[in-house]
Amino acid sequence: MHDLLLTIDAGTIDWSRAQFALTAIYHWLFVPLTLGLALIMGICETIYYKKQKRADAEASAFWKKTSKFWQRLFGINFAMGVATGIILEFEFGTNWSNYSWLVGDIFGAPLAIEGIVAFFMESTFVAVMFFGWKKVSAGFHLAATWLTGIGATLSAWWILVANAWMQNPVGCEFNPDTMRNEMTSFWDVALSPFAVDKFFHTVISAWIIGAVFVVAVSCWYLLKKRHTQLALQSIKIGSVVGLVAALGAAFTGHISGQDVAKSQPMKLAAMEALYNGGNAQSLTMVALVNPLQQPDYANEQEPPLKIGLPYALSVMATNTMDGYVPGINDILNGYTKPDGTRELSADEKIVRGKLAIAALQAYRQARIDKDDPEAVRQLQVFRDNEKYFGYGYIRDKSELVPPVGLNFWAFRTMVGMGCLLILFFGLVLVLGYNIPFLSIFSRRLLAAIGLLPETEADVPASGSQPKWLCWAAIIMLPLAYIASESGWIVAEMGRQPWTIQDMLPTWAAASDLQSGSVMLTFALFLILFTTMLAVEISIMLKQIKKGPEGQ
Amino acid sequence: MTYEFLQHYWWFVVSLLGAILVFLMFVQGANSMVRSLGWTPEGRRLIVNSTGRKWEFTFTTLVTFGGAFFASFPLFYSTSFGGAYWLWMIILFTFVVQAVSYEFQNKLGNFLGANTFQWCLVLNGILGPLLLGGAVATFFEGSNFVVEKASLTSPLLIEGGGQAISHWANASHGLDALLNPWVLVLGLAVMFLARTLGTLYIINNVNDEDIRSRASVRLLGSAVPFVVLFVAYAVHLLTKDGYGWNIETGEIQVIPHKYLNNFIEMWPLLIMLLAGVGLVLAGIAMEVWRKNENENENRRRHKKYQGIWPTGIGTVLTVLALLLCAGWNYTAYYPSTHDIQMSLTIDNSSSSEFTLRTMFYVSLLVPFVLAYIVYCWRKIDSRKIDKEEIAADEEAY
Repeated sequence: MHDLLLTIDAGTIDWSRAQFALTAIYHWLFVPLTLGLALIMGICETIYYKKQKRADAEASAFWKKTSKFWQRLFGINFAMGVATGIILEFEFGTNWSNYSWLVGDIFGAPLAIEGIVAFFMESTFVAVMFFGWKKVSAGFHLAATWLTGIGATLSAWWILVANAWMQNPVGCEFNPDTMRNEMTSFWDVALSPFAVDKFFHTVISAWIIGAVFVVAVSCWYLLKKRHTQLALQSIKIGSVVGLVAALGAAFTGHISGQDVAKSQPMKLAAMEALYNGGNAQSLTMVALVNPLQQPDYANEQEPPLKIGLPYALSVMATNTMDGYVPGINDILNGYTKPDGTRELSADEKIVRGKLAIAALQAYRQARIDKDDPEAVRQLQVFRDNEKYFGYGYIRDKSELVPPVGLNFWAFRTMVGMGCLLILFFGLVLVLGYNIPFLSIFSRRLLAAIGLLPETEADVPASGSQPKWLCWAAIIMLPLAYIASESGWIVAEMGRQPWTIQDMLPTWAAASDLQSGSVMLTFALFLILFTTMLAVEISIMLKQIKKGPEGQ
Repeated sequence: MTYEFLQHYWWFVVSLLGAILVFLMFVQGANSMVRSLGWTPEGRRLIVNSTGRKWEFTFTTLVTFGGAFFASFPLFYSTSFGGAYWLWMIILFTFVVQAVSYEFQNKLGNFLGANTFQWCLVLNGILGPLLLGGAVATFFEGSNFVVEKASLTSPLLIEGGGQAISHWANASHGLDALLNPWVLVLGLAVMFLARTLGTLYIINNVNDEDIRSRASVRLLGSAVPFVVLFVAYAVHLLTKDGYGWNIETGEIQVIPHKYLNNFIEMWPLLIMLLAGVGLVLAGIAMEVWRKNENENENRRRHKKYQGIWPTGIGTVLTVLALLLCAGWNYTAYYPSTHDIQMSLTIDNSSSSEFTLRTMFYVSLLVPFVLAYIVYCWRKIDSRKIDKEEIAADEEAY
């Protein structure tokens, strides 16, 4: 039977990986703005609701117009999020069929729950939000706006539970009779600390995108001297959301870093380009790491021109300055963990993995032959080695090292932009509000270095932003998107070659397709999504140029 | 709750989602006729705004159908999607373009023009129901796939060649299904049903005499082919062999008149099927009769334009009965024409008892979800859509 069957060629696997990366990256262009703008438009409409309850006609009309404006932009973006999302739901099946069977018992549940609980909520209430202004009460409409955002956020929860499980598989056990992993604890999966931390980090970072978008669009209006009131009020909301979110992303990122240090030490080592680890490790700010070529980590001590922040990596990974952080070579060659236990070398894991696979095959044969004593024996061998089952598919230990350069630079892009965004939102905030001491101090400092006219140094803030900061806001928008995508690149490229950490490498997870088929669908998606993106940007820009109604 | 009960329950849930999906494909049906129902740009805009307020229900039901199948019968999900790759990819492409076609078509900055996106809606409107109907037909006709779990431990996999546990037995990856005439018959039946439902929906939802009268004229043009194709398929189904599995040996066997036997042995399903078919025909008849009666009589005798409801409910009941017949009563719901023993049943393809039980508790949320959907649907449709509303509503598509 085996001789008749086709083998999956390496081209198929790499094209399938490329296709999933393409569709996921495109989807992630739209989801953060959905989540972030949902928060801001919810805040705007809440203010409208309060004003109209107090019968403040002028303010209520302004805030209704403002809410509707951001909701209109939300709608243009939301459609793309939906369009790029449907393919992902099915792509596990189309391109990763082995994966779908082997872990579907655990992985399928969050996806189904996402559909039942979250997708219906956001798709139902978004229709009320768009078309229900004249058909439902103001209170119900406000609820619909918030429920749209809550639905989208719930959707993020469940898909991130699924992704977190890929990074840190818990709550499951391999069943040799059904030949798959089976769920043993739903709550371990749904509330795993890895999932919780990932959820907060991802959603909060999405709020940054919403905030940057609102501030950037509003700054453009300020530069054009149009819709000034809408712009100033939106900047006030956007900058608060942005600063809180940027600080929140940093904090949750730190916690996620500790999760990674515990469950995925190779990912941490790769994104740090840490070839050889130890105690009291420094965090690399920058180094000469080739983004396109795997470094010679086996023979080099560390990347050239490394500038490090002393102790910071140990602190990030272990919350202690002296903490042990393994490097790539330590993980490959085996090392002693801080608790005294030994982490096996890659070669040892591969041997044990192969033992597990052979024992599984023998166990199944013994069951077919009805040889119970042999089956019991082989099952024990399997259970003794099943922790390293996935390593049995590794051909060479170099396959265990993810692309170092890509992870290294993607991580720095994300963190660097994150720090810049904290500074940016902080600046917008102190210039937009009258914060005691801080605002005056900032204005005088900026005036001293020539970034603000002397005449504006001592006056209370009118909310207006200097021109250079408005331009900075517009430039920040694409940079923030790049940072957001970089985070996902670290998350997913950092776990290579595993589809499920330590359990299933990519080449054992794919569907049996001709590489030409996947190449073709890759090309079709690239053309289709790029065209749709171009239309979406064109419509978005026209809508922004047009501005809110009534002016 | 035994494992067997849970497997039957989840086949029911998946079948119900499939049945509701077919009803909700009135969106696709109406979209496929956007250019013939709406002769002017304003008319077409009315149709697009009418379906545009409902399209997300269909889309989300399709996504949830896929997710529920993944969670409850992962071997089907991996075998069908990974195997019939091209069939599913074409379906998905048409739904992807549909998703943006409402939002983008009439907006400033749409450099592809409104017509492009209307053609996308037509494409999805025709191919969506046709290919989904064809995919459902493979539950009865069989598909050319292989399932071999031992592949996971094959030396070939370890050498880096790699073998999937399930895969298609030929290079067409699903397109070969379309060569089976009966697959096309059911696919076309579903397509014409979607158009029938779409016509009845537009008549109900769009308050425009011009469009209503044009839709009325076109109703029989869809309903008659639907009935002919459906009856043909039904006769074929009730006379054909099916694959059943022996609960003692686990072996799958060819059983003559398996589906007919299923309806006889599970006679409540037969009643559901007949009731469903009756309701579908009643809804069509209501509209045909309404059209022929004079206006005053209509107002006195019965509510106008309500044909969509009996036809819609009838569709759900009929499709549900058919899908339950495909999987219950020890029937192999996904027969393999390559090797009968590799066919999928609800017993050999389901998730573990633990997962099905956990998901059972999640499924208890579904009535709440349905309740708020119905509530919001009624709010949005409290006033039927017309040209004045579109002109006055700055949020209209």
